[in-house]
Amino acid sequence: MKIAFPYMGTSHIAFKMLIRDLGHEPMVPPKLSKKTLTYGTQHSPEFACLPFKILLGSYLEAIEQGAELIITSGGSGPCRAGYYGVLHQKILQDLGYDTKIIVMESPYRNPFDFLGKIKSVISCSGVSWWTFIKVFYKAWEKLKLLDETEFLSHQIRPFECLRGETTKVFKECLNVIDESQTTEQIREARKLTQELLNNISQDHTRKVLKIGIIGEIYVVLEPFANHDLEVTLGEMGVLTHRSIYLSDWTRESTGYESKKNIIKAASPYINELFGGHGIYSVGHTVLYSQKGFDGVVQLAPFTCIPEIVAKTILAKVSNDFAIPVLTVFLDEQTGKAGLQTRLEAFVDLLGQKRAIQEGVVT
Amino acid sequence: MPTKIGIPRALSYYAYYPFWKTFFESLGHETVTSPLTTKHVLDNGIKEAVTDACVPIKLFHGHVCDLKEKSDFLFVPRFVSVCRERKVTFCPKFLGLPDMIKTSISGLPPLLDVRIDLKKGWAELFKVCVCLGKRLDNNLMEISRALNRGIKAQKRYEKLLLREFTPVEAIAMLEGNKEFVQNRDTRLKFALLGFPYTVYDKFINVDIINKLKKMGVKIFTTEMVPPKILLSQAKKVPKNLFWYFSNQVLRAALYYIDHVKVDGIIHITAFGCGPDAMVDKMIELEAKHRGPVPFMSITIDEHTGEAGLITRLEAFVDMLLLRSEMT
Repeated sequence: MKIAFPYMGTSHIAFKMLIRDLGHEPMVPPKLSKKTLTYGTQHSPEFACLPFKILLGSYLEAIEQGAELIITSGGSGPCRAGYYGVLHQKILQDLGYDTKIIVMESPYRNPFDFLGKIKSVISCSGVSWWTFIKVFYKAWEKLKLLDETEFLSHQIRPFECLRGETTKVFKECLNVIDESQTTEQIREARKLTQELLNNISQDHTRKVLKIGIIGEIYVVLEPFANHDLEVTLGEMGVLTHRSIYLSDWTRESTGYESKKNIIKAASPYINELFGGHGIYSVGHTVLYSQKGFDGVVQLAPFTCIPEIVAKTILAKVSNDFAIPVLTVFLDEQTGKAGLQTRLEAFVDLLGQKRAIQEGVVT
Repeated sequence: MPTKIGIPRALSYYAYYPFWKTFFESLGHETVTSPLTTKHVLDNGIKEAVTDACVPIKLFHGHVCDLKEKSDFLFVPRFVSVCRERKVTFCPKFLGLPDMIKTSISGLPPLLDVRIDLKKGWAELFKVCVCLGKRLDNNLMEISRALNRGIKAQKRYEKLLLREFTPVEAIAMLEGNKEFVQNRDTRLKFALLGFPYTVYDKFINVDIINKLKKMGVKIFTTEMVPPKILLSQAKKVPKNLFWYFSNQVLRAALYYIDHVKVDGIIHITAFGCGPDAMVDKMIELEAKHRGPVPFMSITIDEHTGEAGLITRLEAFVDMLLLRSEMT
């Protein structure tokens, strides 16, 4: 069966392998583009958030190429993302497609439903549960490797001697990871990618600004949605630190890692989980300022409810901790040039603030 | 002098005002409500609230501004859930409301920001009331009596709503102001759906209810469907929405499409409303596939102009009249 899945950062490389290992044909949707967004915007509700529109556009493109089944993740609210699957399915039906969407809900809410859905996927290709566990573990390793590699690339980019080299090497690394198929190969790929990235000639005498990136998970993770924000900042000579990676998000929602610290940091300001990554945005800002970051960029899709609440509260956090916060709401109208100008202005101001603090200028 | 408790005339006001008013007054305190929404209130709200917030939230800020000088305590509860359904809560903006108010408006009186979470059952309401009463220096006897009276008032109020009065009319009737008569001479039946704070705030939706009534349309709203019937509609959708008011709206839409056979559906939604983006599309698709029932969505914001809205309403009503004449 041809199975499609949504884009989210670099994760498609791991999912592609997982689906192939399960005996199906992975159907990676065409690279996200203007066309994807146009498709998505045309059939989505006007005020649906950007991820909704990107996903819908991506599904439509995948269906055009022959996808027979779509697998995506669910959620339990109060963020809208948990309802995407249902509404996407209804919209596809309305457009006359009978492609089915399987929504994986958290196994803790309803384990039978979770296992049943997995069974429906693996049984039609005759894969045993034991094999499933093995290949799932392998895909998980790959996902972690992808995240590690990306993390490292953001650490190196501001110091690179030749602008743009890290981005080029990072693409190579992704190819290397994509080609590794067995656990053994993934282990080798880890060594190789680290070597490749560390071999980039770097100038560590540079003084770099440190910016933390917070906000709604999809627009933070997907470079198409945030117009390559981290690369843009990195090439301006800013060390970025992203608060969310997919591998720790997956770990958290399957119960491996508690986010107690972040929630504790946010608790003087808000003591209620209000959906999405809202409370984490508040908590991370507090933590970033304690770790000596120069500023924080908050990314959110237009009309994202939890992040609007977070933005209101961040105004006070920013005041109390003297940490500048730039909030960027993204939608299908956002242009790269406009975003770049805002980032440049923000970085300039941060640079001046740092200079004053260090007594270089008064 | 009795303590004055300010209750903003926005958001949950339209759903639960009679309860809180009776509750606080039985405790021996005075309640103050902000006036009907005006341009001034809206402007204050726009000034104080974060730009990306939806207009009902901005209005709430405006009403709070109006009350902050007039009251000793401000009642800004944190609504988490009011029913026992799993996963159902309120819009994240309700969940973070007291914190948003605290950070955006300065010079506030102390907030009565209780957390209302009735997922575990009605006993929780008693705890909430005890917590409120303790802060206002009342004893347990007084609190139980006030709670009892509050519930009775709320029941009377909900009965009036089921008799097809709007919340604004029902609140006026409970306060003994005047009798309202229902419009009998109607040509069309419309379901007018949306959150209570968008449908019943006359200023922000430029009095759509009375405009429609004058055009000879009989209005059905979410509040006019008995709760049990609403709940029975839940099985028609594959997955419940996560927001209480949105669920009510969607279920009312399903009920009116399938059982009342309304001539048209008008959905009022606030610009940039997150939950409504989902609900609006769901109603549109359900109206198309189950009916088909003509559907119109009206977006309200800070700039809603009267003329544009009247034109759209007239066109919609005219088309539906034509349609009913043809069949």
